[in-house]
Amino acid sequence: MVSQAQSQFCSRTASQPGNFINPSIHRIGLTLAALLLFTPLTWANDKTASLSDLVARIKSIGLKGEGYPAAVAAQKELSSQGPEALLPLLDAMEGASPLAVNWLAGAFETIADRSLRAGALSQESGAGIPAVAFEKVVLDRTRSATPRLLAFEWLVKVDPTTKDRLIPGMLGDPSADFRRLAVARLIAAADASKDDAEQLDFWKKGLSGATDEDQVKVLVDHLKEAGVTVDLARHFGYLLEWNLIGPFDNSEREGFAKTYPPEASRDLAVPVQGREGEVKWEPFTSTDTMGEVNLIPVFKNYRDSLAYAVTNYKAAKAGPAQIRLTTPNAWKVWVNGKLVFARDEYHRGSMFDQYVIPVTFQEGNNEILLKICQNEQTEDWAQKWLFKVRITDSSGKAILPAE
Amino acid sequence: MIRPLTRANISPVNPLLPVGWLSAGLILALGIHANHRLLAEDWRQFRGSSSTGISRSAAPPVEFDSSGKNVAWKVDLPGRGLSSPIIIDDRVVVTASSGPRQDNLHILCLKASTGELLWERRFLATGRSLTHPKTCNAAPTPASDGEKIFAFFSSNDVICLELSGQLLWMRGLTLDYPNASNSLGMSSSPVVAGDALVTQVENDSESLTTGLNTSTGETLWKLDRPRRANWTSPLLLADGQTVLLQSSKGADAVDARTGNVLWSFGEGAATIPSSTREGETIFIPSNGLVALRPANSNSPPEKLWQENKLKPGTATPVVAEGKVYCLSGAGVLLCANVEKGELLWQLRVEGPFSASPVIADRKLYCVNESGKCFVVDLSGSKGSILSENSLDETMLATPSLSDGALYLRSDAHLWKIATP
Repeated sequence: MVSQAQSQFCSRTASQPGNFINPSIHRIGLTLAALLLFTPLTWANDKTASLSDLVARIKSIGLKGEGYPAAVAAQKELSSQGPEALLPLLDAMEGASPLAVNWLAGAFETIADRSLRAGALSQESGAGIPAVAFEKVVLDRTRSATPRLLAFEWLVKVDPTTKDRLIPGMLGDPSADFRRLAVARLIAAADASKDDAEQLDFWKKGLSGATDEDQVKVLVDHLKEAGVTVDLARHFGYLLEWNLIGPFDNSEREGFAKTYPPEASRDLAVPVQGREGEVKWEPFTSTDTMGEVNLIPVFKNYRDSLAYAVTNYKAAKAGPAQIRLTTPNAWKVWVNGKLVFARDEYHRGSMFDQYVIPVTFQEGNNEILLKICQNEQTEDWAQKWLFKVRITDSSGKAILPAE
Repeated sequence: MIRPLTRANISPVNPLLPVGWLSAGLILALGIHANHRLLAEDWRQFRGSSSTGISRSAAPPVEFDSSGKNVAWKVDLPGRGLSSPIIIDDRVVVTASSGPRQDNLHILCLKASTGELLWERRFLATGRSLTHPKTCNAAPTPASDGEKIFAFFSSNDVICLELSGQLLWMRGLTLDYPNASNSLGMSSSPVVAGDALVTQVENDSESLTTGLNTSTGETLWKLDRPRRANWTSPLLLADGQTVLLQSSKGADAVDARTGNVLWSFGEGAATIPSSTREGETIFIPSNGLVALRPANSNSPPEKLWQENKLKPGTATPVVAEGKVYCLSGAGVLLCANVEKGELLWQLRVEGPFSASPVIADRKLYCVNESGKCFVVDLSGSKGSILSENSLDETMLATPSLSDGALYLRSDAHLWKIATP
């Protein structure tokens, strides 16, 4: 395996990488000679590569490890840079894939850690962690969340006042992490307050920025005790209005892969053949506080069955969004007729925002079609047949449909 | 059903050979891999460098408690974790996950002698990070080849760092295989076999196991695996190059260099407790416990015995000095002989147990979910409880052993238990 790895690494410089396959003693000798000859050259290349070249190698990594040997070398070289590379690395994270962001963050943290341990504190001269520049990054809401958060965490290490200065203003931040910190401060402030009106104000303000289920629950419980009712389904952006049709056969779990009529066309007025005769779309409105659509009361013979649900989501503008789905059943989701994800798993948990599916909506009407499959299991805990869907931005904040 | 060997590459080493033989082996190994440090006291992966759960170093203390008795140090952790710490030389490496979605991935390196934080690195999960509340994203134990650290998370993120903390590479296997996940969370710990890191990503949907190049992170091979949720860990066999993959269908011995399946055991197996071994003999949780001895030729592995009374609960069994020990789901420690699987004695200990037991100095350390560690004397004809030591914290992670110290981790802390 060592020889295989080296052959891939050196193939950028060696003219005959095939020499590394099935090495004989003779070939091993040639291989060692080639390594001695080319390895220093490779390192020299890396050491003279510009920072942007190194970043480009990392940003070009692909799925299943494509481009990794070059990126590993670039990563090593990047990590050896001084603190002057910190800001460019944060900039490089914009537009990078989630994986490349992590690679860049790895180099960033290695450099920042070394700078901090060397005693290099906040210096605009470039000698240490650039605190002022980092604060600008943190406060720039047009930037993506990860570089802002990284800058914040290292800023806190060199300037402990950062949290008190910056967090209170982050309740409406596009980053869920910053909002969470702001909400936590408000919850703590309410806990410390002995004034009822002030507490109520803290809780209401906190809820305006909260999207994490645990924080929302704390706030809603306090508000409920204070006599304030919260529309949770609206707060989270759950979709409540659906049209349902079913049941269709899912014996042996084979219905998951079958194309039943509702997948082909959806004329809500036209009946189709279901598992037990003709079925037609019926409107359904969830009254659950968390937007649950329970299919069992709707379709009594539910084992080995599947059903479809369709709704129209009216987007105020075109652009990216997330469908956040919770279900213990196997499922498929289509948006405007295009399958966006499918998962053939039954009864392995059912939690808040269980599946996060990135989608792109068009302005105006968007059709969301679900296929929800129940299997044959007879255990008590395997009888659930339900789903919840909410629409959010990438930070988990609800995007309510346009009126 | 047992399929025959297709390659005669199993050359077992008895782990209970005298120390002199071990030393000779180590010297030989050091001669062959001069750039790999092979220190006897390293504990480099789940249940130790040899995957046996046994330490041969000095004995950890028999008595300790949360007030500080025999606690060398205790450090705060930045997040939750069921992963065991690993020990490389004087470094202790442990993983944790934090945040409301458990998507902050932490890797910490501490100085083993003092507990001083040498470095911490944080990454963001690229795969599904939510799990059942009992477990968390940092469930798999990291692994090391002595020079690099391989941290693996339930979100299928694989992170390779140098011992200095520098990132070498990172893979997001869910980016490559979007349906390779389990909504309850996954927990298989990777193993290093030569130059391959074997990660088991087995679930109801896109089920697979990969061998990754330890130097570059590239995929050496990928195996499609049974589509059934599986929390067991791959077991490194005695030759150091063959890995046993356990699943609901049974077990497959795989050559870690190529991904070729060498032989299969097809009688079904548990999907929570993992297999273990003593030398060349493999013990697979399957309708109780099955003992299997692979042959050195193309003949099929020999099934030595199957005993349904020896049914491990969550914990992986441990085998030492001719005896196999299982912790049942009911919290009973069962001891049987390895020749025939005959039950020799049983001892009630207070469960439930998620952590697998480990052995040092003929004593079995088993930690229950409430953080109570039972030390069981194995030297007599029957086991006897020497002590019950409470650390008063939820503990689901398997303990680690090195240099006569016991390392225990909860969601909040990492403890080093050692005689002052």
